[in-house]
Amino acid sequence: MIATFIPPEKLGTPSMSDSPWELLPTASNHAASLDWLYLALTIVCGISFVLVIGAMFYFMWKYKKRSDEDRTSPLTHNGRLEFAWSAIPAVFLMLFFIQGEIDFVKLSAPPADAIDISITAEKWKWTIEYPGRSAASTTEVLDGEIAPLLVVPKGQPVRLLMSSKDVIHSLYIPAFRVKKDVVPGRYAFVWFTAIEEGTFPLFCTEYCGDEHSSMLAVVKVVPPEDYEAEVRAATTLEQGAGETIEAFGEKVYKAMACNSCHNPDASVKVGPGFGGLFGKTESMTDGSSLTVDENYLRESIYQPNAKVVAGFTPQMPSFAGQINDEQMNALIAYIKSLK
Amino acid sequence: MSDDSKKTDEKAEDSASTDVVATKTEKPVTTDGDGHAEGVAPEKSYLTASRGVMSWLVTVDHKRIGLMYLVATMFFFLVAGLLAIALRTELFTGQQDFMSAATYNKVFTLHGAIMVFLFIIPSVPAGIGNFVLPLMLGAKDVAFPKLNLLSFYVYCIAAVMLILTLVLGSLDTGWTFYTPYSKSTGTAVIMATMGAFVAGFSSILTGVNFVVTTHKMRAPGMTWNRMPLMIWALYATALIQIMATPVLAITLFLLVIERTLSVGIFDPAMGGDPALYQHFFWFYSHPAVYIMILPGFGIISELITVHSRKHIFGYRAIAISSVAIAVISFFVWGHHLFVSGQSELAGIVFSFLTFAVAVPTAIKVFSWVATLYGGSIRYTTPMWYAIVFLWTFTIGGLTGVYLGTLSVNVHLHDTYFVVAHFHYVMVGGTVVAFLGGLYHWWPKMFGRMYNETAGKISALLVFIGFNTTFLTQFFLGHQGMPRRYYAYLPEYEVMHQVSTVGAWILACGLFLVLFTLIHAIKSGERATANPWAAVSLEWRTASPPIEHNFHATPQVTGSPYDFPEIDKSGKH
Repeated sequence: MIATFIPPEKLGTPSMSDSPWELLPTASNHAASLDWLYLALTIVCGISFVLVIGAMFYFMWKYKKRSDEDRTSPLTHNGRLEFAWSAIPAVFLMLFFIQGEIDFVKLSAPPADAIDISITAEKWKWTIEYPGRSAASTTEVLDGEIAPLLVVPKGQPVRLLMSSKDVIHSLYIPAFRVKKDVVPGRYAFVWFTAIEEGTFPLFCTEYCGDEHSSMLAVVKVVPPEDYEAEVRAATTLEQGAGETIEAFGEKVYKAMACNSCHNPDASVKVGPGFGGLFGKTESMTDGSSLTVDENYLRESIYQPNAKVVAGFTPQMPSFAGQINDEQMNALIAYIKSLK
Repeated sequence: MSDDSKKTDEKAEDSASTDVVATKTEKPVTTDGDGHAEGVAPEKSYLTASRGVMSWLVTVDHKRIGLMYLVATMFFFLVAGLLAIALRTELFTGQQDFMSAATYNKVFTLHGAIMVFLFIIPSVPAGIGNFVLPLMLGAKDVAFPKLNLLSFYVYCIAAVMLILTLVLGSLDTGWTFYTPYSKSTGTAVIMATMGAFVAGFSSILTGVNFVVTTHKMRAPGMTWNRMPLMIWALYATALIQIMATPVLAITLFLLVIERTLSVGIFDPAMGGDPALYQHFFWFYSHPAVYIMILPGFGIISELITVHSRKHIFGYRAIAISSVAIAVISFFVWGHHLFVSGQSELAGIVFSFLTFAVAVPTAIKVFSWVATLYGGSIRYTTPMWYAIVFLWTFTIGGLTGVYLGTLSVNVHLHDTYFVVAHFHYVMVGGTVVAFLGGLYHWWPKMFGRMYNETAGKISALLVFIGFNTTFLTQFFLGHQGMPRRYYAYLPEYEVMHQVSTVGAWILACGLFLVLFTLIHAIKSGERATANPWAAVSLEWRTASPPIEHNFHATPQVTGSPYDFPEIDKSGKH
């Protein structure tokens, strides 16, 4: 069983709406136009439905069998009527097609001054990277769980440049009405201008395996003047004042998604559990044996496949360049503290 | 009893040589209303003409093959339906209840794969279609009876292969087997795709048989314009089966080759293109949507005319629109890929073509409603189902317009809106038509009437249950609820619960259908040859029909919808 990176019930975004009759928040420049078209479709389709089903019910009542002597209409066709009911829907369909096409072209054309934010999708997490800042720690702690955090400034176009490390994922922000498949082997992008402050959920909508339902993130729209500070805060993983080194280490453990593969107790998940690991003597796949100490832990995080404990496959990615010395110290202190 | 079986044995020997019987029945004999030849002892029906398990297993009688298909497809409908109930029950709350994520993924994959490949695609054409097509054409059998039997066994092999995936371990790709996920996950993928590949061959064989039968074996006087619309629908379906299914076969085969020989076709890690798979897959699977729904259209045309005693409104428009849908359906596959990263221009072209296919579909619905005008409507169970169909299919069709609209599709793609839309078409359309067809032709198949009250209650339960389940899902979809999630945000919980309760009601309705149909066979009243006073040819022989369908080749002199009640005096 693979860990739930972030359980949906702990995503911590305010509910977008809990009434089926309400539309979602119109939090991006694309939303209002799409909602308008959605309503127009609903009105036209609603009227069509009432006309068709209304006629059906009227005929059902009017032409119910009265007696065995009933005589029925010899009507077999009516050219004018048939032309009308082909042509009139065709006109409406073309109107919808044209409006849908106009909005779709807008969705596909990001303005030149858009801010680029990179997003990498993999089973089962989103990694968000701001220009010039380190990737792995753009996260927010919610109720003890860590969610990837996408901070965007209000009123400024943003382009998400997306790629996938494994299978097809799809990035979907319902409040923004944008969605795009993230296909491995190429870049995909979506763009939007957020127009409402707040936090909104981000989903994966292309089935990608066991924890597809948990591949969520939080979008946080902030005032443009706060954007730089928010990004800095979100991408900074530092020991807070008064925070113990072990508590900070646990934050690093969750922020780097170590918990996807390593349990805080001694039980084995994808990799060995951390409980009681420090000081233990382990035998390696090459037959040698060693005692787990600070240097072995550091090496295993930066060069995971250098020495692999017997019984495990070498599949851990390297965290070199993602975890700095201070975070490493805290992480080792945290592992040491786990019994 | 012993006397009876002796007689049957003699009969079995007698009919062992098809040719002998065929020449016998070709002698011109006048028939009465019940299809019994005058002055000749009533011939045994196809059900009793020969006995024993072997007489079924090696039969080349289209009616028996049709029944075997019906039993098999309904069994898989039950299996996949129970899986659906399990899924909906798990979704009753937003958290994990009794299934792990991995189990949920396997269950929804099996639900989809079994429903599509083992139930919906073969149920109406190979089940009901096999039974009624030759009868409606006035033929003794399909053109290639042995090929027909072969198609059934090929289907059985496919079914075994798909079931084997349960034993072989995991199949958790969804019924679409999208790459590169399907390349990276469990080994059962090869068995499952080969199963779908084999099922495709069964589909092709049935299609070939129906096309040739329709072209070559129509009764004298049955011009193309006098064919029942059910035949037009089955014919259009058969054309799609022949032309589209090979593409699926090739696609799945390439997938197997990529997995086993590591040739890079769809996997970007080896230089392949994952979107290519989606193009290939939907090039089959979009026309396949019409393989699923067109036969349902055919059934509805029969039900509405017969039970309202009216000539179909716009015969030509309905017949031609079936063929038009079949043709256009080959050019709309790209609407499944609007957000996949295909070029914007391709998206626009596919959106346009998708709107084009909406027009012939709308024409059909309008024509059915107009058929009711001036009729004398009998509220039998098949008619109830036809009315349920008009309601649900109209919703299914109209919500397709939302999804065809490019910008709206971006928001709704891969959400519950899509799930609701295709269930409205596949269940509210095809399955409801299938159930109506079963009630309509059950007296012909088994010579027994079902209980009308129980039948109507089943239609009502199906209607209420179905709409409760799936109408809510449109709202879930526009609120952004993605599909294939086993756990979800709390704000979606209420609507999920309503939907789950609806699924339970729907299940009760479907079990009642099963019960009434079985009860009819066991202890229903005997049916006359033509209980609905219909005009099409299948009602001109006994119920159940004799082994070779007709004592004399029927002559067709007019429309299959020319009911005696129609007032030709000019007063209307």
